[in-house]
Amino acid sequence: MKTCLVVDDSKVIRKVARRILEDLGFEIAEASDGMEALAWCRAAMPDAVLLDWNMPVMNGIEFLRHLRREPGGDKPTVVFCTVENDLDHIREALAAGANEYIMKPFDGDIIASKLVEVGLA
Amino acid sequence: MTPEDRELAAQICASRAGLLIDPEKAYFIESRLAPVARREGFGSVDDMLGDLRLKRDDRLAWSIVEALAAGETAFYRDRRPFALFETEILPTLARLRGNEPIRIWSAACGSGQEIYSLAMTVEDMRGQIPGAKVELFASDLSERALEKAQSGLYTQFEIQRGLPIRHLVNHFEKADEMWVLSPRIRQMVRWRRINLIADLSTAGRFDVIFCRYVLGGLTPQMKPRLLENLARALSPDGFLVLGEGEGVTGVSDAFQAVTGRPGVYARNPAYRAAA
Repeated sequence: MKTCLVVDDSKVIRKVARRILEDLGFEIAEASDGMEALAWCRAAMPDAVLLDWNMPVMNGIEFLRHLRREPGGDKPTVVFCTVENDLDHIREALAAGANEYIMKPFDGDIIASKLVEVGLA
Repeated sequence: MTPEDRELAAQICASRAGLLIDPEKAYFIESRLAPVARREGFGSVDDMLGDLRLKRDDRLAWSIVEALAAGETAFYRDRRPFALFETEILPTLARLRGNEPIRIWSAACGSGQEIYSLAMTVEDMRGQIPGAKVELFASDLSERALEKAQSGLYTQFEIQRGLPIRHLVNHFEKADEMWVLSPRIRQMVRWRRINLIADLSTAGRFDVIFCRYVLGGLTPQMKPRLLENLARALSPDGFLVLGEGEGVTGVSDAFQAVTGRPGVYARNPAYRAAA
């Protein structure tokens, strides 16, 4: 079973994303900020990361830059999932190594379509 | 809406566009027609159909057909047809045609996601098919759909259905809360209102026709008519692409499936000889 780490400081968003991703056949782990997510990845690299941008302690883009420098950190498919919806943010995310980008609000169709895009569903 | 009203709406769709509308689907019909009634200044859908019975207003009848015809769409819908277009269909035609134009038609283009997906593919492939002249055409039954398509404006929801994020970055700009396709891509497409079951003899000749999720929604009588119309509009060595679950078997001999390429059809040479 493929694993997906859901990183978001909102418990509600994590719960919604978990339900959608479980229906798509993923095993889910959750983290509420970038630092926690990094700890998860160091313990067990997931196949995919669904990543919020604005979070306390360590935000999404900083997490992504750290992740890509970790051993094996180039492997996970990282899909941003954020309210930031301007081209500058999207370009910055892609430059930092994001594979796809979802603008909130999202629904199950959008998540499924983006995961197909990156070859995970 | 009374069952008679729904029956009337279904009949209008069948006679004008060959559309199969189930008069039992009360919620579907009513929810599609309510905005039309509002737009046209009627107090209710019932009032609108009552008026239509009396006056037989042609423009109003078409508005009803357009509202009931509109289907779902997405960028790169089903993905595979676009991958085949990119890796096989377009390179093959580029070789065959040389400097002659390759004409591509999105028949029943809706709000334009299909033809724009093809246009972006062509644009991104320029380096691999130097010298190829590709002409893109799109048609729909609905003037309203064509207007929306031509604007190239999409909501945040629409641009997240099927469109890879790199394509968004490369080809779209933000316009307030909407996203707008670059003029460069928009200008590649020519638009026309076409009823696919009417006489298509002036529609022109095409090398590739994408006509997806139309055949499946037609009345049994109009299905062969659609395929025969498309066969006449397709060049002898061209390709027709249908939607998933749509086939020609038992409908018409005008086309034959291309082996190993699901959804792709070629003209049947035997049928051409007979015609």
